[in-house]
Amino acid sequence: MNIALFVPCYVDQLFPRVAWASVAVLERHGCDVSFDPAQTCCGQALLNAGAPDAARPLARRFLELFARADHVVAPSASCVATVRRHYAHLLPGDPRTADLSRVRELCEFLVDVLGVERAPGRFAHRVGLHPSCHGLRELHLGQGSERGASEVAHRDPARQLLASLDGIEIVEPARPDECCGFGGAFAVGESAVSGQMGRDRVRAHRAAGAEVLTATDVSCLAHLEGVARRAREPLRVLHVAEILAEASA
Amino acid sequence: MKSHPEAAARFAANEARAAWHDQALWFVRTKRDRAAHRLPEWEALRASAAEIKAHTLDHLGAYLEQFERAAIARGAQVHWARDAAEHNRIVAGILAAHGVRRAVKSKSMLTEECGLNPFLAARGVEVVDTDLGERIVQLRREPPSHIVFPAIHLRRGEIGALFHEQLGSPAGLDDPDALTAVARTHLREKFLAAEAGITGVNFAVAETGGFVVCTNEGNADLGTALPPLHVACMGIEKLIPRLEHLPVFLRLLARSATGQAITAYTSHFHGPAPGGELHIVIVDNGRSHLLASGAHRDALRCIRCGACMNTCPVYRRSGGHSYGATVPGPIGSVLEPSRDPARHASLPFACSLCGSCRDVCPVGIDLPQQLLAWRGALVRAGHAGRARRATLSLVGGLLERPALVSLLGGLARRIARALPARWRERLTAPWSRERALPELPAHSFRSQWRQQRGR
Repeated sequence: MNIALFVPCYVDQLFPRVAWASVAVLERHGCDVSFDPAQTCCGQALLNAGAPDAARPLARRFLELFARADHVVAPSASCVATVRRHYAHLLPGDPRTADLSRVRELCEFLVDVLGVERAPGRFAHRVGLHPSCHGLRELHLGQGSERGASEVAHRDPARQLLASLDGIEIVEPARPDECCGFGGAFAVGESAVSGQMGRDRVRAHRAAGAEVLTATDVSCLAHLEGVARRAREPLRVLHVAEILAEASA
Repeated sequence: MKSHPEAAARFAANEARAAWHDQALWFVRTKRDRAAHRLPEWEALRASAAEIKAHTLDHLGAYLEQFERAAIARGAQVHWARDAAEHNRIVAGILAAHGVRRAVKSKSMLTEECGLNPFLAARGVEVVDTDLGERIVQLRREPPSHIVFPAIHLRRGEIGALFHEQLGSPAGLDDPDALTAVARTHLREKFLAAEAGITGVNFAVAETGGFVVCTNEGNADLGTALPPLHVACMGIEKLIPRLEHLPVFLRLLARSATGQAITAYTSHFHGPAPGGELHIVIVDNGRSHLLASGAHRDALRCIRCGACMNTCPVYRRSGGHSYGATVPGPIGSVLEPSRDPARHASLPFACSLCGSCRDVCPVGIDLPQQLLAWRGALVRAGHAGRARRATLSLVGGLLERPALVSLLGGLARRIARALPARWRERLTAPWSRERALPELPAHSFRSQWRQQRGR
């Protein structure tokens, strides 16, 4: 299957290892991965910072670049949520925004499109899975604690794949789906509250016994990793793709 | 006025207190979850409420007139106030006409919004807030920090000290029952002396001309049962079309607010008590502007349950006063900028866009989307810092040019890697204040890909 990889701008510049892990995981599952170097940014950071006018050309650019791709996969739930949930608001009347279901978060793609039920490999660690807010509450990857119990339970592809690894133990922190406090410009504009939110998450995962902290968004993880390191917490922080790649290497 | 980040940083600096505040409200959130999860029809109820409110707002003029006719038919007197000043003049006029010097008032965010208390005090009318939390903040001469728990920012010992100082209770009280007994004795005198009772309105029913006030303390009942004069103040958005719609909202309100199945008192008022007078003051104060705005119209569905505050990770860690607004938290951050965009410009940014508020809102307000819309509008209008719009446009322009991204990104990484760690941290201060910087790679993914895959 031909996959167009979307690498979020900050992953490209700061966390190339996460993009490579995504490539490795996709190729391990028989995908032919292409990367178009003309891509840059989905526009999320600008949209959230209050500049929809500056985000709009980036959204158009994204739609043009990936117009012919059957599947676009990104190791970022929040970038995918921007494309699927916000492009229609950003570009009203643009027919290309009507159905963007071919743009998928990596784990969601593996489970929902490729039909992967179990991820191969062994990862004998206690792992805390931080649900990215945009994955959880915009893409409905997982069941938010706020929602009514009667609602059809949403599947949680990252959890499913991780849980299928040999030797892994997924720990359950208190307040399992509270925000980490990253929030883009929020992390610097409201740094005091953002830092406290991050410390609270790290503490909850450590208290639950996590040795490794993971998520589907590098942005949450960069913040949490920085908070953990500042607090000298012995916590290894890895993107889900890195765990899946390492487990089957 | 301080911007939200400054006020929030000051609140968060006292980590023990901020953690306690966070825990107290998280506890309310968990009670709300249990109450909501116990009802299989919870999500259906939310959808009904959203639909009823949306319909009502679409036909608000007609329902307001229907309500007025029905209320007058029941013997109430209906007044219309364009804004806060007119509302205050009307209430003061009614009280003056009856020679009222002492009034009791149950909780009403509308009268907070209008600044009724200081307006009446300046005219020689003593207004005593009878909701316990509101009385506490009134005695402290500060605004409520939460719309359901006005004194949630205070610890028991601080309330004991306040009562000792102002109500003459023994020093060192911090037992909740003992504190409540002090307040009860104090308020009983005020109730008995009151010549008028002022209340808010939770729901006004267009069909019947009646309205409902929800409290847990029964203070609205006592405050209106004793004096012969009742003044009820309501925003134009408080309407629901028919009585049969009321249960949908009563079931959602208490569960969302406190996790109770229903408030302890749900008091229905249909016309004046025998021999008394009932005045209903219906207030616009910017609401019709919001209604016409389109973008923020849905915010008028709000039933003031406070669930968005209790779930908001920012509100819990920054305290209600950090918002500098009558209504704090997510819904306040949508409502307040419509009154004064420049003054409240930092509020829509006091949010990590986690979306939890949208999922607890009993009337389905898409709060994150509303906050995003405000961010765009405030930046465009120049209220979010003079350089912000230009900077963001510049970044946007840069991100449209992959070659430039590569060039500048590579340059920035090379400089950053060469700098001593301390300089690196100083240059990235707002980030580094709270977190360590990530290890920077020598090469971006795109350049590694070009080298390794060449396509």
